[in-house]
Amino acid sequence: MLAFLIKRSANAIFVMLSVSFIAFMIFRFVGDPVELMLNEQATQSQRDELRTRLGLDEPFIVQFGTFVTNAAQGDFGISFRNQQDVLGMIAERFPATFELVIVATIISLVVGIPMGVITAIRRQTWYAETMQFTSIIGVSLPSFVVGIGLILIFSVWLGWLPAFGRGETVDIGWWSTGLLTHSGRMSIILPALSLSLFQITLVMRLVRAEMLEVLRSDFIKFARARGIPARAIHFRHALRNCLMPVVTMTAMQIGGLIAFALVTETVFQWPGMGLLFIQAVTFVDVPIMAAYLCIVALIFVLLNTIVDITYAVIDPRLRGAEK
Amino acid sequence: MVSRFRPQAMLAGGLVAALSATGALAETVKWGAPRDIVSLDPYSYGDSYTINFLNHIYEGLVRYNRDLEIEPALAESWEIVSPTTWRFKLREGVEFHNGNPFTAQDVLASLQRVSDDTSPLKGNLPAYKSAEVVDDHTIDIELTGPYPLLLNDLTNIHIFDKEWLVENNAEKPTDVSAGVEGYATFNTNGTGPFRLESRTPEAQTILTVNEGWWDEPAHNLTRIEFQPVTSAATRVAALLSGEVDFVDSAPVQDLPRLQAASNLKVLERTDLRTVMLGFNRRDELVAGGENPMNDLRVRQAMQLAVDMELIHDKVMRGKSRNAGTLVAPAIPGYSEALDEVAGVDVERAKALMTEAGYPDGFEFDFVCTNESYVNEEQFCQAIASMWSRIGLKPRLDIGPTAKQTPKRANGQADVYTIGWATLPMLDTYSILIQMLHSKEGNAGVFNWGGWSYPEIDRLTQAAGVELDREKRLAMETEALKIAKEEIVMMPLHQQPMAWAVSSEFEDFPQFPDNKPRLWYVTK
Repeated sequence: MLAFLIKRSANAIFVMLSVSFIAFMIFRFVGDPVELMLNEQATQSQRDELRTRLGLDEPFIVQFGTFVTNAAQGDFGISFRNQQDVLGMIAERFPATFELVIVATIISLVVGIPMGVITAIRRQTWYAETMQFTSIIGVSLPSFVVGIGLILIFSVWLGWLPAFGRGETVDIGWWSTGLLTHSGRMSIILPALSLSLFQITLVMRLVRAEMLEVLRSDFIKFARARGIPARAIHFRHALRNCLMPVVTMTAMQIGGLIAFALVTETVFQWPGMGLLFIQAVTFVDVPIMAAYLCIVALIFVLLNTIVDITYAVIDPRLRGAEK
Repeated sequence: MVSRFRPQAMLAGGLVAALSATGALAETVKWGAPRDIVSLDPYSYGDSYTINFLNHIYEGLVRYNRDLEIEPALAESWEIVSPTTWRFKLREGVEFHNGNPFTAQDVLASLQRVSDDTSPLKGNLPAYKSAEVVDDHTIDIELTGPYPLLLNDLTNIHIFDKEWLVENNAEKPTDVSAGVEGYATFNTNGTGPFRLESRTPEAQTILTVNEGWWDEPAHNLTRIEFQPVTSAATRVAALLSGEVDFVDSAPVQDLPRLQAASNLKVLERTDLRTVMLGFNRRDELVAGGENPMNDLRVRQAMQLAVDMELIHDKVMRGKSRNAGTLVAPAIPGYSEALDEVAGVDVERAKALMTEAGYPDGFEFDFVCTNESYVNEEQFCQAIASMWSRIGLKPRLDIGPTAKQTPKRANGQADVYTIGWATLPMLDTYSILIQMLHSKEGNAGVFNWGGWSYPEIDRLTQAAGVELDREKRLAMETEALKIAKEEIVMMPLHQQPMAWAVSSEFEDFPQFPDNKPRLWYVTK
């Protein structure tokens, strides 16, 4: 088991290094931060001097080396644009993104699972067909279109929900939450809904496929033969056997949602990590871009590693394969 | 039209609670901005949007009035003691937001801070050498040479409280390369009409009125809620639903819809920014080969081939103002005689091309961005196809500003777009010294094409030390005349700008430099 853990950790470190290397390669093509940092009246020598002070005239490998050394010690530097500690800025915005992702995940499960069950057990009915069809629209519409559509209906026409922002927040230690105030709860509905749309479809289709599989198995047939009511068979016995892959997928998708939230956050001006990243790209704020990509990569790596380890614990065959 | 905001529907929902929770008082401005400010420290980043917002909290020695003329602010009066020394008499009885009195020491500390070697705003005060406190309310500013535009520069130098800077160890500007945060990045203490209540980056920044302001307020506001809404569609939606009541960047394509809404007013005018094209004037084109654009006849042909009327009508939807010269009418140094638009004459353009020896045209790189100027992508495409009518073969290269700027600045463009508003100086001298002057020393930073006109250089340098306003402006106009005759830059237009406000506002002045100054707003 120990060898397995070490191997997994080494893999994780290798992935992190590759991600930061690729990210750094890309930064060379996004533009020159100095041109944006100084204003129109700055002279050429002031521009050159700033470039030297930021180390931007160093060769690529030296810049990358400095970055990795500092990042390994948890120091991602200071934002070029906001002049604030990068890690602090990301930590400040993490709660907003995390709450959005969690609420979106809950919505996707609460809506997606019953829809999956219904489409599986009432296969030929018109409403199951309609759900199946609508779910295709859910995956194929770009999320900014969905976001703007929701804003148009619920904010502009009906005037029920705010179009942007996070509402009032309450600080609990370093964590700021919007879920404890009324305006905060109203504000999270539209962005979470728009973020969960894709996820709902995913959950629904997964549950449906699993249900169809389980409903054919012998124990369901025996249960029917024993005269157990259909509702109990579907929701107690069959559904439970479908949930394992759903839980795994949901856990792994959280990383994806954090990355996906970028578009939703821009549309709804949700003050999370994605919005920070988008603005950093516009202003070529290299320290923020680098730190964001590393942190998102870290979340992915951690989630994957945890899932792998859990599997290994559950299934000894996987451990054997590694040896 | 179903887009209008319906109050009865709103009552049914929770928005009422949401609005009252954020304090929707009668005298509140809820400002939906296209972007957030970068910091609370006006000296932290060369960003005029941030500096203007912070002008609500901090003030300079002088300021622009409603007509964009310079008037006294923290300085009551000034005199030129010697060509290189200016004496400022400071206003007495002014207090900072924390109650500290305003004195000459504060001015000295602020000037030292902004001109520090690590300050990104150093270029905003180019002629500054040193300052000396004469008494509590008098200060002498020593310059590196005679310089007529000191007052223009000082409008953008916000004054800090020295005691507060010292207490919080913030006498030096924040330095990104040193890797430390500064106290002034998160806190403010100015003398301005509003004081900071709270700030959550990317979410909202709230200002409340400063009751102890030294000046008679022309506004009746009690509170400003500044909320960035980056996505243009969301910003318009928030305005229609009443969540914000002022938007300082309304998208051109949404204007008819906003105008149709009965609870909104759209404020439109043309910007001070003149959008123009620059030419590569080095010996070779970017792709190699002799550079035909060094021939004046070729530049004339390129100008005659472009139908600015058509671009005005179709691309800019009739909202731009075609320009014949490189500065807008409101800028000192502008001359109406020079502002005659070139007009279009394809036959003559073809004849000029033949005369210059390029009857079949030539290929060149045309570099544009997709977001720097209003509808830039579209007008670049239009110009490229107009040029192809006279046989030219432009290779259009469109991309984001951050990516295109290094290309333009490093001579990797044969023709490029650039806009110049002469901000923050508001004088023709700005474009002369920064763009039209030869690239040497500190001059010609934006001379991206590598041209050199000794006569323009001479006039620019002479204007830079001429303290007599009339003589100076005459020299600046003369330099613009040479630039027009030689087509150093090809002026296109002043672009439109639009704000939209709730009709509840009685007075909401719109400034041609596109900077909201809410201390003139009444509701």
